[in-house]
Amino acid sequence: MTAAIAARELRSLFLSPLAWVILAVVVVILAYAFLVQVQVFTEIQPRLAGLPYAPGVTEIVAAPLFEFAAMILLLVAPLLTHRAIAAERRAGTLVLLQSAPVSSTQIVLGKYLGLLAFFALLALLVAAMPASLALGTVPDWRHLGACVLTLILLLSAFVAMGVLISSAVEEPIAAAMITFGALLLLKIIDWSTEVATETRTGVLMRYLSMSRHYEPLLAGRFASSDILYFVILTLVCLALAIWRLDADRLHG
Amino acid sequence: MASPDELLIAASSLSRVYGERRVLHDIDVAVRRGEVVGFLGPNGAGKSTTMRILSGVLAPSGGTVHIAGIDLLEHPIAAKRRIGYLPEQPPVYRELTVDEYLRYCARLRRVAACEAGAALARVKDRCSLQEVGARLIGSLSKGYQQRLGIAQAIVHSPEVVILDEPTVGLDPIQIREIRQLIRELRADHGVLLSTHILPEVQAVCDRVLLINAGRIVLDSTLAALSEATRGWRVRLRRPPPLETLKSLEGVQRVDMLDAQCFLIAGPQLDGEDFARRCVGADWGLIELAPQDRSLEEVFLRVTSGDLATEAA
Repeated sequence: MTAAIAARELRSLFLSPLAWVILAVVVVILAYAFLVQVQVFTEIQPRLAGLPYAPGVTEIVAAPLFEFAAMILLLVAPLLTHRAIAAERRAGTLVLLQSAPVSSTQIVLGKYLGLLAFFALLALLVAAMPASLALGTVPDWRHLGACVLTLILLLSAFVAMGVLISSAVEEPIAAAMITFGALLLLKIIDWSTEVATETRTGVLMRYLSMSRHYEPLLAGRFASSDILYFVILTLVCLALAIWRLDADRLHG
Repeated sequence: MASPDELLIAASSLSRVYGERRVLHDIDVAVRRGEVVGFLGPNGAGKSTTMRILSGVLAPSGGTVHIAGIDLLEHPIAAKRRIGYLPEQPPVYRELTVDEYLRYCARLRRVAACEAGAALARVKDRCSLQEVGARLIGSLSKGYQQRLGIAQAIVHSPEVVILDEPTVGLDPIQIREIRQLIRELRADHGVLLSTHILPEVQAVCDRVLLINAGRIVLDSTLAALSEATRGWRVRLRRPPPLETLKSLEGVQRVDMLDAQCFLIAGPQLDGEDFARRCVGADWGLIELAPQDRSLEEVFLRVTSGDLATEAA
């Protein structure tokens, strides 16, 4: 049942011009950023050649590209996720799911997986750019794989947050704005000077900060605690969304 | 095969509270197999809330719902497989085609993949949707969307069909087709149907439930209702005072239409007997005709609160 809901979600995304426009715009912008990075690499390459332990092409081209992609997708993800439940509620189609023999868990998971499939496709398109360097050089495939995995983990958290807020907010555009605000806050929460201290707030801020968890991953330093951060964020958001849909039946 | 008058919807003492406001008070609803029950009531009386509870979209604040013997609150998944529900607004995805949408609904309602094709063909045939299978739902007229709404409610051949105002926005020909469809559904389903159109109830329903201000004020078969509300229209040249007419044997109520014309009602009122008395008292009987009080009148009376005892 979850698969049917996810497939419908994905299909409806591709039937709307918005999804295609987003794919096109994001790919164009990231392609430009990629070409700029390649240009930078070719310019500094002669100087790198003399250095011991010099960074390779993947480190110089792919890691910044994925970091830039993470930033852009933070802006873009709410544009697609906000409709997930809020728009169905508004159009009256949520009733179809609620009166069908499916649980709130299946509804939320279906929505989440459908949207995640779309963003995973986008992540693969991004990955195809540095992978194309294989035509002329040997990229660090493991590092590249780590970058793709990180981006998908990040997107999973974005989508889960979007589904949660879409389930809680009636107005779809308001849901988009709140999702964007929540994600941005998680990204910039470590800007406070408190972060450098060992106070309880400082430690908490460091743990909550999204950048502090994905930057090491993008650099190829895998720590299970960083991966766990995104898994936990995703699960918490999905659990709250399920709870919210159940509350619909009780208080609706 | 279950017995023909098996109880398909059995809801008892349903109540629902929104914040401080209590919108349903101890509602009982029973729908049997082979029965079409009309659910009537003024706007805001609690019809849609009741239907949302019966279809499992909303949880009641109190009371129980059994669908074909399964507790809807304890086992929602098993119970919902037996329900088809058309809400006030047909729950259609405008960007899908009719076929895609119905296939999705069939899958959601757990119709096996190998049977989905046959289920789709059957339901499109029943709801006259054969020609529009490949069309986008957003481009269909209101009438087609409404029929599609009914189609999604019956695609999995549920035992219980709950239709919230199924004929809204349809033209007279489509209304007749939908009524025909509802009559056909009766054969093997239990149908609960809410509507504002009173002739519709007379056309398709076996039983009528009237709800007012969150309470069931009338639960009667249509036959018993017309029996109970049967009366006579009488015109007298020299009418006696109203009290004299009211005191006659068998007369329950008298309505004065004008100075000489009255509506006299009472289930045991005998026309011949009444005529003899009019002539005997020399009231100048010039007209006496049997009159079925229309459902509309019953509706108005009940919702203003003075028929509840009469039809019980």
